[in-house]
Parts: sequence; C-alpha cells; structure tokens
Amino acid sequence: MAGILLSHTEKVYITHGVKNEYRSDGRSNIDYRPMELETDVVSHASGSARLRLANTDILVGVKTEIDVPKPDKPGLGKIEFFVDCSANATPEFEGRGGEQLANSISNIMLRAYQSAQAFNLKQLCIFEGKQCWKLYIDILVTLCRIGEKCVVDPTAEEESCSLVSLIVGVTGNPKYYNDYEDEEELPAFEAKCSVISMHGPGSVSPQNLRDAINQGIIAAVCLDEALGKTLFRERRDTEQFKRHSYGFLK
Amino acid sequence: MPGPDLLSSQGLRLDGRRPNELRRIRCKLGVFTQPDGSAYLEQGNTKVLAAVYGPHQASKSKSSTEAVVVNCQYSMATFSTGERKNRPRGDRKSLEMSLHLRQALTAAIKTELYPRSQIDIYIEVLQADGGAYCASVNAATLALVDAGVPLRAYVCACTASMAWHGGSPAPLLDVGHVEEAAGGVVLTVASLPSTGSIALLEMSHRLHSDYFENVLSRALQGCRDIEVILDKAVRDHLAEGWTKQDVVTV
Repeated sequence: MAGILLSHTEKVYITHGVKNEYRSDGRSNIDYRPMELETDVVSHASGSARLRLANTDILVGVKTEIDVPKPDKPGLGKIEFFVDCSANATPEFEGRGGEQLANSISNIMLRAYQSAQAFNLKQLCIFEGKQCWKLYIDILVTLCRIGEKCVVDPTAEEESCSLVSLIVGVTGNPKYYNDYEDEEELPAFEAKCSVISMHGPGSVSPQNLRDAINQGIIAAVCLDEALGKTLFRERRDTEQFKRHSYGFLK
Repeated sequence: MPGPDLLSSQGLRLDGRRPNELRRIRCKLGVFTQPDGSAYLEQGNTKVLAAVYGPHQASKSKSSTEAVVVNCQYSMATFSTGERKNRPRGDRKSLEMSLHLRQALTAAIKTELYPRSQIDIYIEVLQADGGAYCASVNAATLALVDAGVPLRAYVCACTASMAWHGGSPAPLLDVGHVEEAAGGVVLTVASLPSTGSIALLEMSHRLHSDYFENVLSRALQGCRDIEVILDKAVRDHLAEGWTKQDVVTV
C-alpha cells in the first residue's frame, strides 16, 4: 500500500489523542467512518455487494455451483473464498504483486466461516452424501487503505504509527438476515468471535489484547446492526420497486 | 450461411435492437482518487473499470529513450462471466488483450513527449457481456483524459457482425455475448474517429471479402457515434468539476 510519511511529532499527536479518546477526524475510539453499501451490482453473479469505506473500495460476488460434498462431511456444503487485489488499487498489485495480501485475507475469511455458528454449512446440503451447493465468494479489492481495529477502523495515518493491528471476526445476528414475520422467541443472542488475526511489527500484553478484542466485538455488533437494517431496507425497496441502482456511477 | 436467427422477420435483433443501434453507454470519470486518472464505463451489460497511473519514472528494464512506455494490464473479475473464471489475469487471453490494448492506446498517446517514462493502464472487467475489449478501450480513453495525458485523438472501439435479413446482408453493430456465441463473424475495430485512421483491426470466423467493406464501414460509424458520447461525458465532467471546485474552496 502507498506509504504515508509522518513526522515524529505527528505520531505523538495521534497516540496522545487516542489515549484521551479523540482522533484527528473527530471520531471516538470505536466509531466507524461512514460507509456506503450497495447490493446486486453485478447481474451475472448470484449475489453481489459493493462496499465503500473512505478510501477503500471492495466488490464481492457470490456464485453458486452444484458439487459433491466431501466424503468425511456428507451433510455439509462447501464454501470457497477468493480474493483478488486489482491493480486499480495501487501499481504494486500488478501481475502477482497483490498475492500475499490476497492470500492472507482469504485465509482469514476461511477461518472465520469455518465455525458452525458463523455460517451453517448444513443449509447448503441438497442430498446428503450426493450433492451440495458450493458457494464461491470472490472479493475484488479495487482501492485500498485497509485498516482494522485496535482503535476501531484506523485511518492510514493512524495505522502507520500503530505497533500492532488486530482483525476480529464476529458472528452476525441472524435476526437481521432472515424474514421473521411473527415475533418469535429467539434465543438471547451473544456475539461470538470466530477469527482473530494480528499484524504489525510490535507485541502487545494479554490485558491490552483482551481489551482490544472486546472493543472490536462491541464495534462489530453495532456495525452488524447497521448493515442488517440497510439490507432489510434495500430488500423492502426492491419489493416496492422504489430502488435506484447506482453501481459505480454515483 | 452464418447466423440465421440473429435478425427476426421484423428486422429486430435478439435483444430488441435495430442492426445499426449501439447498446446504452453510461460512463463516469474520476471514480477513484488514488490513481492519476480513472473511469467507469458500462456498455449494455458489460461493465469495465479503468485506472491510469503516470507518467512516472520507468522501471530500468522497460525504459526507452525515444518515447513513453505504455504498460497495460487487462484483468477479468472471477465473477464477470457466466461460468466462474478461475484466474483473473495471466492467462493467454488476458495477455493477448493487454497487447491489443497497448497497440490501440499507444497510437493515440503523444508518446514523444515523455521519454524515459512509463504510463500504466489497468483495466478491470466487472461484468462481461460481449464487447469487453471495446468497452476497455473506451474506458481507458476516458481514464487517460481524466489523468491529463496528452492524446492525439479519442480512441474508440466497436464490434460489428453480419446477419442475413430476407436474403440480403445486414451488418450488425455492437455485438453482445449471445450474438457472439451464435457463431457469426465478429470484426473488432479500434479507431481514432476524428482523424479517420484505424489503430487495431481484428476479426474472428469467416467473412466473404465482398461484404468486408460494408461491415468495416458500419463498425467505423459505430466508433464515430461512440466518440460523440465520450466527448459529451468529458465535457459534462469538466463543467461539473468547475462548480465542485468553487464549493470546496469556499
């Protein structure tokens, strides 16, 4: 990713600000930057979504295929991730330049979705032992300054003065992703963490790590709620033909 | 005779167009802030993103003392085609497309102005529904204009095919994927419409030489029509840019 040049004083300014709960753009430690989300941008794919978060632009496509389930897991479907860092993001990603980043992201995603509580692969089974759905989830990174949480959602400047960055994957609340028409008694939902990944040249004490993970989970739950509401609103607009499709044109 | 079903008895094509109609083109310049120039173009259901970096210092292996080195990369997203594509770039077809792009764009850029420099052009095809190469050339032209690279003229590309209507030949403009797959001849032309010259000409399948002139002139007419659309988009973008600047500085 493109390098950010910061003087020592600027780094001190950012770290002191974080200690006192304020950041250079006015957010608090667990606020996200505003993001734009749009679904169904690619009509060839079974499902697609586009997410824009400040300088990061990601396009995700999901394609389905009928496949034979694994012999040791006959009742489960399959899911496969593929991340492609497009050269549009930075010239360093030309050819095979972005492969390292892409592989690390796809491995994290795979681990995140392995747990049965994150995504139930049983839903993908057609005939046990004979046929199942295979989902191909393809992520295209078209523009990136990727950051994730120690301070939640750091900007590129904050990331360059951080010692460690931590990525936490948290399970979503099923209430937002299904149509529950009647008020059912849903079991009390507790967000669970399904994957943790660390990057960066430094080290962190266990207490700090625990705090950071908790902070990440709180932020993720808020994010999940916002996403769920947006998806619900999009679905409702599509049903009532009110939705305008923008894609990249806006 | 090739392509018996491409034209109905009323003279309409498979997607309802007349033989000399282009698909709807929607485009936007300046979609990303990080590359020097970027553009998004939709031609019917084909969606393409282009990003331009440069001119910047050339890598030692590619540097040339006479003219700028134009480096193109053509990449297709894995979810862009009907059947999922495993390798986004690096396969033979993408490499060939990159070479064709380089040929068409080098003809338009004033290469003698930047010796020892390099211009990178990255194309990402988000959805391919026939004519992906043409959409790429058109998007690359817009991205070059957005980056401020001096051009001799706009480069526009268009495809044309041949069908039979009641025994007489009828050239078709801007073939979609279904018409391509039906097995008819496809002539791809990249030209500089304001000077009338042709930068790239490519044809698949067989065409009798008696009909060649007819199909070629139809494709060149298509290129002229596309140039009008691209020119209007550039002027609208610039007009909007002035007003945006006023808002920002106040």
